[in-house]
Amino acid sequence: MRVMVIVKATKNSEAGKMPSRELLTAMGKFNEELVKAGIMLDGDGLKPSSTGKRIRFSPGSKRTVIDGPFTETKELVAGYWIWQVKSIDEAVEWARRCPDPMPGEESELEIRPFFEPEDFGADYLEDFKAYEDRLEKGLQDLRQKRIDAEQKLKAKK
Amino acid sequence: MSEAATRGAIEAVWRIESARLLGGLVRVVRDVGLAEDLAQEALITALERWPETGIPENPGAWLMATAKNRAIDQLRRKQRLDRTHEDIATDAITRPPTRPDLETAIDENVGDDLLRLVLVACHPVLSTEARVALTLRLLGGLTTEEIARAFLVPEPTIAQRIVRAKRTLAEAKVPFDVPRGEDLSARLPSVLEVVYLVFNEGYAATRGDDLIRFELCDDALRLGRILAGLVPDEAEVHGLVALMELQASRLRARVGPGGEAIRLFDQDRSRWDQLLIRRGLAALDRAQSLRRPLGPYTLQAAIAACHARAHTNDETDWKRIVALYDALVELTRSPVVELNRAVAVSMAFGPTEALALVDALGDEPLLRGYHLLPSVRGDLLEKLGRTVEAGSEFERAAALTQNVRERALLLGRARACGRRTSGTEPQA
Repeated sequence: MRVMVIVKATKNSEAGKMPSRELLTAMGKFNEELVKAGIMLDGDGLKPSSTGKRIRFSPGSKRTVIDGPFTETKELVAGYWIWQVKSIDEAVEWARRCPDPMPGEESELEIRPFFEPEDFGADYLEDFKAYEDRLEKGLQDLRQKRIDAEQKLKAKK
Repeated sequence: MSEAATRGAIEAVWRIESARLLGGLVRVVRDVGLAEDLAQEALITALERWPETGIPENPGAWLMATAKNRAIDQLRRKQRLDRTHEDIATDAITRPPTRPDLETAIDENVGDDLLRLVLVACHPVLSTEARVALTLRLLGGLTTEEIARAFLVPEPTIAQRIVRAKRTLAEAKVPFDVPRGEDLSARLPSVLEVVYLVFNEGYAATRGDDLIRFELCDDALRLGRILAGLVPDEAEVHGLVALMELQASRLRARVGPGGEAIRLFDQDRSRWDQLLIRRGLAALDRAQSLRRPLGPYTLQAAIAACHARAHTNDETDWKRIVALYDALVELTRSPVVELNRAVAVSMAFGPTEALALVDALGDEPLLRGYHLLPSVRGDLLEKLGRTVEAGSEFERAAALTQNVRERALLLGRARACGRRTSGTEPQA
């Protein structure tokens, strides 16, 4: 299964305080472990929300662009990993081994599994049907073109 | 923590730690069977104690220490035996390592331990089947039951295979030294073969209800990525990883809702996994920068990359694919590869040229009974407007395939050819 491990923001991360050299080294080592274990697919850190934007969708599909920073610090995302693991328990075990990402402050890692195709059930099948229809239509068009071409050829002869 | 939760956590710890634990133990005791017994005993102890004490801060070290103590007990017993021998014979016997040696020995170089474990599990004295089972068990951390389910064989068969493999390794006195340089490179093909075989076993699975088979792709990818970390200078390891990442990127798009396989050209490319494609292309870059000429896995990955880079069928760089197949044919001399090359030639240069290549393969004994030969030939003939001949090729292909769905598809094409050529609509 694939999971996203979300590093939650803190006061310091939102203030744009850069991690210490010590933490960077420890994180580098941890990332190396993840790569060596073959579970690390992707990961990166994000700038504070003051550099971010939001697009709010209101009833009636009205769109409003909102500038950062955003206030609910603890719910903001400061970084992420994408891991391929056998189970969520395995992800928990790895996350427990992560160096404290925000030394001196309380912080959290959140683990969220990705949707898998089978989670979509009927909708997923519908989606497939729509695709098959498109495919079928494409084939029909192609066939028609060929039949037209053949007839033209015959007419020439 | 509830008992179930602890159990889940212990299983997770085991998945993370077992290969390292085994690797360290194999180096010291030089016996795969004994190492596995020691590791298993450590796991059982954990299962007994951790639900009460909670999972230790450093569970890997805990397991290692527990297994180590068992090993020391065993060695002590052996030492006592040896001493008795010493008393009988007057020859001096080399003493087994004493306790402090053993402790430092176990904590040394983890990378080497894992590499040793892979090389032993994939040793050429073992059959391919045995290598696959042992690799998944020792490196992948899969249980015998999981391996049996994935390969659709009874559990005792796999258990037997593993027991026999361990015996073979012991009897053949397989050395436990990690080879270097060219000797290491020479050993890698047997490892890569096993990893790719595991991947293909999962890739060939088309039944959606059999998720464990799909998971074999993940297991193989994980093994491949671990291997790439262990021997980062070996181009073909990166080539294999690239090939698997790129093929896995299409996994979701290649199976229809009824479990049928969807051909590459008919796949919905928006379903391709862009993260895996990006990783695959990066691994391919590494492989290509490490070695020229390219090896067989890297070449196949490069072909897969041509498809991955194209946003539509029309954007596919068929001329480059043909060139890559040229190199692959040169290396493998495989008629199946030549047949694939012919398909690429038809896309790049047209069906006439491709048909000549396919006709040249007609007498190839290795392709006798291979349904894709008449199927490809039928396809080319149809493109050339020789529909009567095409129809009979599709029929021939239909008779040769074992796959019911594919047969229906081929018979359908045969009928379509029949219909277009004559007004009387003969049914094939």
